[in-house]
Amino acid sequence: MIEFLQYHLPVLLIVIPMIAAPLAVLIGNRRVVQLLSLAVCWTTFGLALWMVAIVNSSGPVSYELGGWAPPYGIEYRVDQLNSFIIMFVSGLGAIVLTYSPHSLNAEIPQSQHYLFYPMYLLCMTGLMGICVTGDLFNVFVFLEISSLSTYALISLGKTRRAPLAAFQYLIMGTIGATFLLIGIGLLYQLTGTLNMADIALQLENQRQINDGQWTGSRTLLVAFAFLTVGLCIKMAVFPLHTWLPNSYAYAPSVVTAFVAATATKVSVYAFIRVVFGIFTPRFAFELLPLDTALWSFSLIGIFMASIAAIFQQDVKRRLAYSSIAQVGYMLLGISMANIDGLSAGIVHMFNHALIKGGLFMVVGCFVLRLGSVHLDDWKGAGRTMPWTSLAWVLGGLGLIGVPVTCGFISKWLLLTAALDNDLYPVAILMLISSLLAVIYVWQVVEVLYFAQPSEKAKKATEAPLLMLVTTYVVVGANIVFGVWTTYSAGLAAKAAKALLEGGSL
Amino acid sequence: MTLDEVFGLYNYWVVICLMMTGFYIVIARKNMIKTVIGLNIFQTSVVLLYITMGKVTGGTAPIIPPEIAAAQNDHHGHVDEHVQHIEQTTEQLQHAHEAVSETVHEVASETAGHGAELSAELIYSNPLPSVLMLTAIVVGIATTALALALIVRIGEDYGTVEEDEIQSINRQERRNKRAS
Repeated sequence: MIEFLQYHLPVLLIVIPMIAAPLAVLIGNRRVVQLLSLAVCWTTFGLALWMVAIVNSSGPVSYELGGWAPPYGIEYRVDQLNSFIIMFVSGLGAIVLTYSPHSLNAEIPQSQHYLFYPMYLLCMTGLMGICVTGDLFNVFVFLEISSLSTYALISLGKTRRAPLAAFQYLIMGTIGATFLLIGIGLLYQLTGTLNMADIALQLENQRQINDGQWTGSRTLLVAFAFLTVGLCIKMAVFPLHTWLPNSYAYAPSVVTAFVAATATKVSVYAFIRVVFGIFTPRFAFELLPLDTALWSFSLIGIFMASIAAIFQQDVKRRLAYSSIAQVGYMLLGISMANIDGLSAGIVHMFNHALIKGGLFMVVGCFVLRLGSVHLDDWKGAGRTMPWTSLAWVLGGLGLIGVPVTCGFISKWLLLTAALDNDLYPVAILMLISSLLAVIYVWQVVEVLYFAQPSEKAKKATEAPLLMLVTTYVVVGANIVFGVWTTYSAGLAAKAAKALLEGGSL
Repeated sequence: MTLDEVFGLYNYWVVICLMMTGFYIVIARKNMIKTVIGLNIFQTSVVLLYITMGKVTGGTAPIIPPEIAAAQNDHHGHVDEHVQHIEQTTEQLQHAHEAVSETVHEVASETAGHGAELSAELIYSNPLPSVLMLTAIVVGIATTALALALIVRIGEDYGTVEEDEIQSINRQERRNKRAS
């Protein structure tokens, strides 16, 4: 039994939530569906942990879907990098769902709950699928599964702005996904295969036949452009970020916490896989100036978004802009294309998932008790909701990158990588941008602790215990992984090394 | 670029025209329904791109005609005999397994050669892009359905599906909030 499970582990990560989703719709009972979803999410997290243990002890795992050998069949491949990603994506998915009941009762009509859970599970399915698969077309399909369920989840928001935000995201997201599809088609035209490792191999073979020249370079360039731009839309990189603030601001709190913690990170993972696994850094960074493009857009994005965040009175929107800035840090690390930079980018994916997930969970607690995300209504809530406010402070310190929080680890790695690469201006700009984070986090802290209580804050009581405990688990992890880095920075460094030295494998 | 190239690549020109038409509609139109139609045209152009790359001139559907299938069945027994024979003779070899599989491969290709005589005039189109597009079409339908459902809700809530009108309603709402 154990062996059977272990053999089918990569596919079980996807199949379990996928089967549970329609089952939940058929059951239709709110309580049963809730328990089922919780069980499924925690099981998936357990399996993901097991997967990490297997990959760490015996190397990458390859699974042939339906017994068809790659490159003809679809291959699921789990290595250092994606086992790390599925671990924190499924972990945050499980913990946010555990946190959710009170918040959902307040924000979504109970009659619709049985439809919320299947969407959530499908979103998990898609995100896990993107990570696990080794087949490029599968990436597109899973990306669409996760995106479509995200659009539906966002539209569940209370105000009439929510469906509007979901629609705008749908248009941008579909353009991004279709770009991806065009890129995949052009690559298929060049290589005749969809398996990522095999595409890389074929491209390399063709290059060697042509004395080191990239063959069909026009098609290859166009494919590269479509794939990167498509993924940049999904990642919300600076000029293509317009869908993100509204989506995060108007979605239900639980949805924002889950999507903000996972979706953009998984897109960043797909980007890393495409750039390093298929096109190789030599093509992307030496032949093409992807590194310059990435770090300039990241830096502009970090500054624009951080400054925009300072002027937001809506706390959710403030954090949404901060998310755009943080994606910039991840790409900054990736653009350096060496082990230090790449591992800084990867570890920041993990750390930012914890920080932003935690902060949005705190916002959910405030929304439940204050009924508002506007800073004016939050005034003085530090007196009536001390524990929730403390969680904001701890999470905020992580976002700024104060030592002993995990935000510090990623910023420190990023900084040393920038200095090693002699990118002094980048390093200095990065430090200045951290000051902007201090401002937009501090403004909220000031409002919470040092302002006259608003009417709503006077009447507020502490958030329910379940929500507080789960929030503190995430915020606490933020500090645990700031001190004890073996399992975050250590795994990320291994993953980066495997990516750069062993090609895609 | 010669005239031959221009007309020889006509399928790609069609794809590009459709793609740009759809993309332009998505960007330029403020009516949500029209945006969705534009998105559909955009997605359809990609379907055409895939289908056109799978098509081989003169190629038919990739189904083995009955007479060739029968011929291959005859040779199948033949292959098995060969395999047995080879297995007996290669027992002593250190890399027995490799040798067998190699030889089997040779025999198989020989047999395929027999089949090839029969199918010399038969060219198949590549079925994979078409299959991929079945999935993409399903994804496209799901996207359209969801988009239309959202538009219905937006239309009910705002009383309009024109994006600029909705934006002015939102602006008005914000101003009222600030005033109060």
